[in-house]
Amino acid sequence: MCGIAGLIHRGKTSNVGSELQQMLQALKHRGPDSTGYALYADNDGKNFILRFKVGENVGEGSSSVNEDASVYDERKKLVDQMLNTLGAKIIKEDRLTPYSFRYEMEYDKDLMEFSKKIESIENVEILSIGKSLELIKDLGDAKVVSERYGLGDLKGTHAIGHARMATESGVDIKSAHPFWGYPFSDVSVVHNGQLTNYWNNRRVLENKGMRFMSECDSELIAVYLAEKMRNGATLEEGMKDSLSGLDGVFTYFVATKDSLGMAKDTMAAKPLVLYESEDLVAMGSEEIAIRSILPQEIDTYDPFDGEVKVWQI
Amino acid sequence: MANIKTVEKKTKAQSMGLHTEVLKGKTQQKFFNPDEAENFYYWGTYDVDFNKRTDLDVMNMDCKEANKKIDELMSQGYGTIVIKNPQGKHSLGVGILNKLNLIFEGSLGYFGIGSIDGPTVRVNGRVGWSCAENMMAGKVVIEKNAGSCFGAALRGGDLICKGSVGARTGIDQKGGTIVVGGDAGAFTGFMMQRGRIIILGDVGINLGDSMYDGTIYVGGKIGSFGSDAVESPMTKSDIDWLNRKLNVAEIGDNFDVSKMTKVVAGKKLWNYDALEPTEKKGAI
Repeated sequence: MCGIAGLIHRGKTSNVGSELQQMLQALKHRGPDSTGYALYADNDGKNFILRFKVGENVGEGSSSVNEDASVYDERKKLVDQMLNTLGAKIIKEDRLTPYSFRYEMEYDKDLMEFSKKIESIENVEILSIGKSLELIKDLGDAKVVSERYGLGDLKGTHAIGHARMATESGVDIKSAHPFWGYPFSDVSVVHNGQLTNYWNNRRVLENKGMRFMSECDSELIAVYLAEKMRNGATLEEGMKDSLSGLDGVFTYFVATKDSLGMAKDTMAAKPLVLYESEDLVAMGSEEIAIRSILPQEIDTYDPFDGEVKVWQI
Repeated sequence: MANIKTVEKKTKAQSMGLHTEVLKGKTQQKFFNPDEAENFYYWGTYDVDFNKRTDLDVMNMDCKEANKKIDELMSQGYGTIVIKNPQGKHSLGVGILNKLNLIFEGSLGYFGIGSIDGPTVRVNGRVGWSCAENMMAGKVVIEKNAGSCFGAALRGGDLICKGSVGARTGIDQKGGTIVVGGDAGAFTGFMMQRGRIIILGDVGINLGDSMYDGTIYVGGKIGSFGSDAVESPMTKSDIDWLNRKLNVAEIGDNFDVSKMTKVVAGKKLWNYDALEPTEKKGAI
């Protein structure tokens, strides 16, 4: 069934890494397979943050094929060579796990072309590119993933996250949420539900040059919105369009560098509880997610069917 | 020869626990013999004293522990129990089958106060999905908003939300009354079979979709009618009943119920009214 959570601080930064971890941990019973974070960090905004993986987590519960860890180093070398060829200058690099990396880099050309070249290397997937987006996803619950990637102290303005119960595709990082809104920097999506016109939409979008990295139906939302934005729609317009363009049941969150949005399908089949105040919006699949960071008595509500909302930082 | 075969088949079927007789109407009901009355026991019920009051802080309890504690307090005769710090936990206050004053000082998560038969419950907060599902009797008042499936499969009693409710309010409702002070989402009264729903505000799309019976009253705008739902004229008995009900619900002071829209099932199911003619469409 999956659990999703999101929050946005308006007019200030906060410890969003720790806050989102608490919210997602409270939703662990909705999705124990993998956890993902899209954190919008308080970075200086000068350089791009590139997060990518060169293999899968093959630990307990994974559906991925085991690989010799030596292939990770070979693939990383190929990525570095490709970055050099593309004219990207690496400022800082961190190896977070044997298979995932975080690079800070200078780059000023087309991101779509950049992404295509990097992902042409076998088993290399860009998790995100952005100037504030830090997208992390891996197998395990929120606490495990947070500790593995050191997210507890990460400060920022807003964040969305996902606790996944795998139903439509494998237990692996490539099918985990959030999904990056390729090829837009700083766009991420999490989803709870099922999309029934995934393949029809995928064929259409692939013919338009859009890229899918998994067979997870939720990835369609990120690609769908990215394609709308590529054609000039605002985020909110794309989200409103998705209510009729996507078939199935869904509640999803989408975040950009300076905004956070939610959309709920016209049958309101998937849950969402929302808290909104002047300086904070927090939302999740269950109220206990919000309570994990706001234990005092608060007023919350369920958005109605077909509702789309977008908040700015 | 044919008769012998029939008898053999019948005997075989009965030995397997099958029965060949045709059951009709009330013959399906089991009536208790007055001689057995003293043996009749409604499991899980207690005689409580409303003047015996206690607080219960469930901050550090899971729902199972909290419900067990409520049961224990009722067994000790406590008739007024105030639950502190419910913190949006799921499934609190379920399965209470006797009279009780139960007060929640805060909000509940999903499936709160389900399958109750008799208590008076007040939630000074919000409730999540499927509040008071399968409620049989009693009165439940929610001071703030409620999630989807509010009063799902409700069988009896009064279920009141002073704020707004989510989608599918009164889905599969089989009796009782749901009163909502604010707005309601899509599919309100979906597959409703008996009972009444009163929404003082607006409702979403597909109101009363696939309803068999029952009545829905709407004070505000209607997104759209669902399949099988039709508008019916308001009668004086509707107006009198609505005024009485809103008074009981402590909601909608000075609300002009005569301007509400009354919605009923537009189809007649085969033999449906003959089974249990407790409520007739278009008349109260």
